[in-house]
Amino acid sequence: MSAISVKNIIKTYGKKKQKVTALNDISFDVNEGEIFGIIGPDGAGKTSLFRILTTLLLADSGSATVDGLDVIKDLKEIRKKVGYMPGRFSLYQDLTVEENLQFFATIFNTSINENYELIKDIYVQIEPFKNRRAGKLSGGMKQKLALSCALIHRPSVLFLDEPTTGVDAVSRKEFWEMLKGLKAQGITILVSTPYMDEARLCDKVLLLQKGKVLSINTPDGVIKDFENPLMAVKAKGMLPLLEKIKAMDIVKDAYPFGEYHHVVMKKEENVEQLKSNLTKADLKEFEIKRVEADIEDCFIQLMKEE
Amino acid sequence: MREVKAITTNKLTKQFGDFTAVDAISFEVNKGEIFGFLGANGAGKTTAMRMLCGLSLPTSGEATVAGLDVYKENEKIKRSIGYMSQKFSLYDDLTVKENMQFYGGIYGKSNAFIKEKTAFILDHLHLQKEANALVKSLPLGWKQKLAFSVAVFHEPEIVFLDEPTGGVDPVTRREFWNMIYTAAANGTTVFVTTHYMDEAEYCDRVSIMVDGRIDALDTPKGLKEKYNASSMDEVFLQLARKATRAAD
Repeated sequence: MSAISVKNIIKTYGKKKQKVTALNDISFDVNEGEIFGIIGPDGAGKTSLFRILTTLLLADSGSATVDGLDVIKDLKEIRKKVGYMPGRFSLYQDLTVEENLQFFATIFNTSINENYELIKDIYVQIEPFKNRRAGKLSGGMKQKLALSCALIHRPSVLFLDEPTTGVDAVSRKEFWEMLKGLKAQGITILVSTPYMDEARLCDKVLLLQKGKVLSINTPDGVIKDFENPLMAVKAKGMLPLLEKIKAMDIVKDAYPFGEYHHVVMKKEENVEQLKSNLTKADLKEFEIKRVEADIEDCFIQLMKEE
Repeated sequence: MREVKAITTNKLTKQFGDFTAVDAISFEVNKGEIFGFLGANGAGKTTAMRMLCGLSLPTSGEATVAGLDVYKENEKIKRSIGYMSQKFSLYDDLTVKENMQFYGGIYGKSNAFIKEKTAFILDHLHLQKEANALVKSLPLGWKQKLAFSVAVFHEPEIVFLDEPTGGVDPVTRREFWNMIYTAAANGTTVFVTTHYMDEAEYCDRVSIMVDGRIDALDTPKGLKEKYNASSMDEVFLQLARKATRAAD
């Protein structure tokens, strides 16, 4: 049985002229115990999807089940079984750390002790501040508290909507370590993020853009689907270099990519042509190499093909 | 005459009670430079930026922005800089054109200037058709690009960008950086924070704040060599992991 099953979900907002399609015929399945990533920029439809699956929003059409339960008929059952960490911090700011956790445990008819094992690794990091009000915590500590509260009733499926947005690179790495720990305890995790580099940390990803699925695959699978040869190029004067490359008709696409420009070639034989074209140009500090596509390269190409 | 730097700081410090948020930072930013201001959450970036924008007085140390003193001339500083926050700050209920008129007016620009500049930006962003559309109806990518155009509408010497590309799709993110390059090529100094380490590579120079101090400052190339790292991501992780104080 799938932990989450989504079939042909459509969600629109507004009427007639102003109608916006947030989710356009979305279908996917998440296996039990998987970390499944919804990767997409702001406005892709990530939050609408999360709200539908956590029974907080009704889809226009289509169906979905979570842990085998229907999101419409069985909403009360689902609410007991899932954990949800919304994108915006939603705990009680004027309750202390411990009071918040106590509150959520009570709501779900359990106690902190009963499921302490599950949250221990995360909660110990904020336990020294257990008498501090949640509103006075730092961003990183709020995030750990919110995660602890979402887990206190030992949910079968955990929904994390953009847990790492606005979080620095170090804290993001730590957060993903925590998710690995939860996965090891058998919890299915649906997590959304606008950071393409986090896709690699998921078992499976769904690339979402403007309400449409661009791809559903393992991270390696997404990368394998990138068929064109990809080159990384750099030289002194990166802007003129990009203009020069873009003007070549052997080039499908070219864009800045960190220290290098990534150049997508139309065909395999274009690789040597690009090399010889640029070598002839007598550029300073010139470097060219073949590289494997990154999830971000795949996302850019899929976006442009849409 | 000696060329005036866009930003200079000398042991700039900000304390909140016994907590030193910014700890004696000293650095200079050249005119027309794209300067990346990096650091983990809580390292002191926002506090430093608020002092440079004239929004918060330092506890001690010195700083000038566009040649103006942050203690005595902070009101003048506000007029000489542009600022774009990570949170979208245009008026959703005003049209594209009205937003530009509003911000142009706030900065005391003449009607003729506003008219000409508005036409230029609409043309540049290919937004002529949307000139009279409410800003809230625009796609997100365009909103960010418009917000940047508005931040530099009054042709400030320096523009401060606080995580301008958070959550933006990868194609728009690159278009946005193209706008930054163009602004810098026209002589605007760009002071930018980001959590995307690939964007650190696009800066002329990068500083990395750790626990209120600037622990590293160099070109991306120089930093990678110094820390023997293959990417800015690695450099950042090496430095930020040394932090001892809690985030934010």
